[in-house]
Amino acid sequence: MIQPDPKPDVLARRDVIVAGLATLLPPDGLITEPTRLKPYETDGLPSYRQVPLAVVLPETTEQVAAILKFCRDNGVRVIPRGAGTSLSGGALPLADAVVVGLMRMNRILDIDYDDRCALVQAGVTNIGITNAVAGQGFFYAPDPSSQLACMIGGNVAMNSGGAHCLKYGVTTNNLLGLKLVTIDGEIIDIGGAHLDAAGYDWLGLLTGSEGQLGIVTEITVRILRGPEGARAMLAAFRSNEIAGACVDAIIGSGIIPVALEFMDRPAIHACEDFAHAGYPLDAEAMLIIEVEGSVAEQDRQLAQLSEICNRFDPISLKVSQSPEESLAIWKGRKGAFGAVGRISPDYMCMDGVIPTSCLPDVLRRIGEMSDACGLKVANIFHAGDGNLHPLIMFDANDPASFHKAEIFGADILKLCVEVGGCLTGEHGVGVEKRDLMPVQFAPHELDQQRRIKSAFDPDWLLNPSKVFPLQASHTA
Amino acid sequence: MTPTGPELAIAERIAKAREPLLIRGAGTKSGMLRPVQAATTISTAGLTGITLYRPKELILSALAGTPVVKIEETLDDHGQHLIAEPPDLSALFGTEPGTQTIGGIVATNLSGPRRVAWGAMRDHVMGIRAVNGSGEVIHSGGRVLKNVTGLDLCKLLSGSHGTLAVITEVTLKVLPAPETTGTVVIVGLDAERGVAALSAGLGSPYGVSAAAWLPDATVLPGLRLTGSATLLRIEDFAASVAYRMDRLRTDLTSFGQGEIVEDAVSRAIWRVVRDAHPLQAHPDEAVWRVSVRPSAGPPTLRAAIDAGSHGFLDWGGGLVWLAGAADIATHEAMAAIARAAHGTWTLLRAPEALRAAVQVVPPEAEALARITRRVKAAFDPRGILNPGRFVAGL
Repeated sequence: MIQPDPKPDVLARRDVIVAGLATLLPPDGLITEPTRLKPYETDGLPSYRQVPLAVVLPETTEQVAAILKFCRDNGVRVIPRGAGTSLSGGALPLADAVVVGLMRMNRILDIDYDDRCALVQAGVTNIGITNAVAGQGFFYAPDPSSQLACMIGGNVAMNSGGAHCLKYGVTTNNLLGLKLVTIDGEIIDIGGAHLDAAGYDWLGLLTGSEGQLGIVTEITVRILRGPEGARAMLAAFRSNEIAGACVDAIIGSGIIPVALEFMDRPAIHACEDFAHAGYPLDAEAMLIIEVEGSVAEQDRQLAQLSEICNRFDPISLKVSQSPEESLAIWKGRKGAFGAVGRISPDYMCMDGVIPTSCLPDVLRRIGEMSDACGLKVANIFHAGDGNLHPLIMFDANDPASFHKAEIFGADILKLCVEVGGCLTGEHGVGVEKRDLMPVQFAPHELDQQRRIKSAFDPDWLLNPSKVFPLQASHTA
Repeated sequence: MTPTGPELAIAERIAKAREPLLIRGAGTKSGMLRPVQAATTISTAGLTGITLYRPKELILSALAGTPVVKIEETLDDHGQHLIAEPPDLSALFGTEPGTQTIGGIVATNLSGPRRVAWGAMRDHVMGIRAVNGSGEVIHSGGRVLKNVTGLDLCKLLSGSHGTLAVITEVTLKVLPAPETTGTVVIVGLDAERGVAALSAGLGSPYGVSAAAWLPDATVLPGLRLTGSATLLRIEDFAASVAYRMDRLRTDLTSFGQGEIVEDAVSRAIWRVVRDAHPLQAHPDEAVWRVSVRPSAGPPTLRAAIDAGSHGFLDWGGGLVWLAGAADIATHEAMAAIARAAHGTWTLLRAPEALRAAVQVVPPEAEALARITRRVKAAFDPRGILNPGRFVAGL
């Protein structure tokens, strides 16, 4: 991967820039020592690293505004960062850039149960919102796997999803308002605690814009009352094709499970070895299906789902009888990344989306690619919405292995686009898929997006070298 | 995909245009927002047809001029529906019922009662094709249910009223239609108590899918009720609806004895709410759609009534439908009331002269207005697509 050259004038003025930033922040809010900069050199995509020029940790929106204005006036590139959990390198620094870390803006400012919303700062963790409202039976719906660590500001930037978004939607469907700081240092309120602001849908445009348009410091999220209860079942099948047909039958029946997760044989084995969740090791494919409601409603839906699964000659069918059994069923799936990490020194988590009907064919072709390049892959799939997460196993200490993994990953994503899907469902383009954007968009379509970027950030200082292919990204 | 046929014709006409263009579908909502001064019209009415429908993938694509009712019929044949429950406001606008297009409902981002629980039209636009102001055909999103590849133009173009690009095709997420529906009705609550009941219902674990308060229940078909009506809807499999309505009614007994309304009547009353009939707007009156936080709905409505207007509440109290005198003073008063509640407003219907004279949506702060002008130019550098629809001079 190629990154843009640092601006020589910025590097030359490093001391002046650092001194200027110091005047805008509390004394401990500026990091410049190499050893303390080191943790910021990468994010959830550790294959790529670059120590930034400096890290700033503002505590208020006004400080963020002052920092951005200073950076604009001095032509300094800016890398917004939440918890640094991006799987697409969304927070990867540049050598001449200032990382703006939002982790100190970690307060929940208001919770309103009557109006079912909460006002939170960008550095609040995803689970922190749910924890704050769980006592009243409420929750914040999008639940990315990293939810213990990842921050809501990063969720907004990447439009994060999760296992339960088939029913509840992704981040963009669960927001009401934002406080945006522009590169000019202006503070703009978008939306509020009400639905559907008149005028252009800035809320929709900003969500998932990957730090290209500004920095969001406060977010008004919708909170939802949780269901009476939830329960999971597990169904294992003899082939990917059969499991795929069963997914079709479930959706066709009119039931929308709150979660519908698919794991292939390598994923089942990795998760079972790691979590001892009781997964059937003789299965080629496995579904985890979760339903919600009262106990009677759960029983009825699970019976109906069991009846559907039974039409597909399952190897095993296990309906949870208790919250503990449901947790056991989820335990393996939720530990999937750790499980794969245990059997391979390194792995890359891909994030393509495909039309669900293409699943068996796509898994077969991924298997062929895996055989051809000699790298193992385990597939985890949000089956209801077509979001496929192949985990490619490689050895980062072996440059040839890493190179093969990059090519394998790109080939999978190209295949996703070829069958009618897209490059990324919930992780974002970041730096990882930047150069694949022309697979999905024509040059004039990328130019259209670049012009929008330029409308917010004329000098391309915000999170540069992400999202858009590098060659023309500074000329729009 | 290379444009062909009517889409190509639209692209070529826009590329060659030298003057402002009025962009429209069936024209059923031309009376919204500011009037557009343009000698030439570009209509998407010729772009019709469902281009892709995969019920098991919950995905439907249609050309922009396809009538919404045609799509609803097709979905109904497969037991599915449009999630946002788009309204048909033809009675308000005096246009032909059932003619509005899918492009029009996406371009205006109008959603019905289910919006409070399941999202707006824009939430279910998974893919879009459109012609920008330079005559280029662009796409965003795709035909899958999850997609964060690049900037989300599906959202930006939804609700942009043809001012950024002409939508030529949309791809929507659809869902199985509920087996049955039911409604709990509580009569006689004032707006504050009514919205408190709606909040209690929406904050319950029973999956309330719509929540409205009407000052006068006599507008509801199939019910012989008088006084105000507080309405909460459940939609699901029949056994679940029966169970949840019973629980909901029990939980809400402190607000009054709720009456349970079964499927057919329930569907009929929510159609009435969806299409804003409870507003009972006189043909001479202007109509506003004000969105506030739900608890601010009752005081907003009260302030509007004190200023001589009248209305009802949907979306758990957050959507305030208002009708009142079609003059500048009343408009300014309604806008001020919405602003005081930290909400947003749209002048939905008014005589052309009034729409041309006032701010039909809230003005943006200057920092945002600057970005708006640049984004408009990023799509439509010559400013020829529906100029002045939101704001004079834009």
